[in-house]
Amino acid sequence: MTRIETLWVYLSAQPLLWLTATMAAYAVADRLSRLSGRNPLVNSVLLAVIVLALILFLTGTDYRTYFEGAQFVHFLLGPATVALAVPLHQHWALVKRSFLPILGALVAGSLTAVISAVGIGILFGMPPEVLASLAPKSVTAAIAMAVAREIGGEPSLTATLVITTGILGAVMVTPVMNALGLRDYRARGFAAGVASHGIGTARAFQVDPVAGAFAGIALGLNGLLTALLVPTLVKWLW
Amino acid sequence: MLEAILLIFGCQLAGEAVARALALPIPGPVIGMVLLFAGLQLRLMWRPDAVAATDIPIGIVAAFLLGHLSLLFVPAGVGIVSHVSTLLAHGVGLVVALVVSTLLSLVVTALVFAKLSSLLDRGHES
Repeated sequence: MTRIETLWVYLSAQPLLWLTATMAAYAVADRLSRLSGRNPLVNSVLLAVIVLALILFLTGTDYRTYFEGAQFVHFLLGPATVALAVPLHQHWALVKRSFLPILGALVAGSLTAVISAVGIGILFGMPPEVLASLAPKSVTAAIAMAVAREIGGEPSLTATLVITTGILGAVMVTPVMNALGLRDYRARGFAAGVASHGIGTARAFQVDPVAGAFAGIALGLNGLLTALLVPTLVKWLW
Repeated sequence: MLEAILLIFGCQLAGEAVARALALPIPGPVIGMVLLFAGLQLRLMWRPDAVAATDIPIGIVAAFLLGHLSLLFVPAGVGIVSHVSTLLAHGVGLVVALVVSTLLSLVVTALVFAKLSSLLDRGHES
């Protein structure tokens, strides 16, 4: 082996390499997203994921090796969720005043997310375990996977559906809201959080602090509602 | 700054403990968020003239974490790329379901929010 190959073999097995690669890919993606004026199609998560997936493919690196480095970033999802308390506290007066819209939009949006996904699945003749994996796709991965397991779905398929939904929502929310002519950042952020959990919330924080705060509330509330609602709905319908 | 990071981790740890002990269907970090929120609200009640939460270390750490929230989803996102074939194996139906359902959820949530909000505003005016 040449010295460069030896060096690569050493480094590619170290967590530092893939942690650095994750942050570098994101830094570049975020820069491009900023340069595009936060164009929804230039989504920083989507871009970084594509670049990293390509690098892993080209270097023949498996996901397990990659995740040994990337786990340190992944771990921060928990503390970031706790940190959502700060914008919630900061905008609490506005949240209290919006209590009725929040409650109504939560119930309507949550039901729409579950029923439309399962309904389309039925139209396409999907088997029950795929429908069960699909039902909780709009909520944060931890809750969605637990719900899927409870109603006979496949948690790993649910995780894939959850992340895909998150990216779809983050990309779609701005053009959809513009098309609807909605300028209220409470409504825009809340919709992003209900439809596409944390990834939608991350997008909302990039656009506007009030949108971010309302997306965070939506993410939490829809997680709770879906955890309670979906298993109950399934018991009625199945 | 250290104390602020510790407080966030502490809230998450307490949240994990509560979720596990009571077998709640809610993830620990969400309970941790509620705990931190309650703490911030109490702080404001006791000392209404205190510096805003966004200007103390906890606010600065939170702003940093949430300012880069997108980064935190990248590892999980890379994980699903290997599952794209699974997604497609279930046929185009699954992709259609995700796209249409996400679109409908966005539209319905935002419109209901805006409608109720304008009804509320009109109620206050009259």
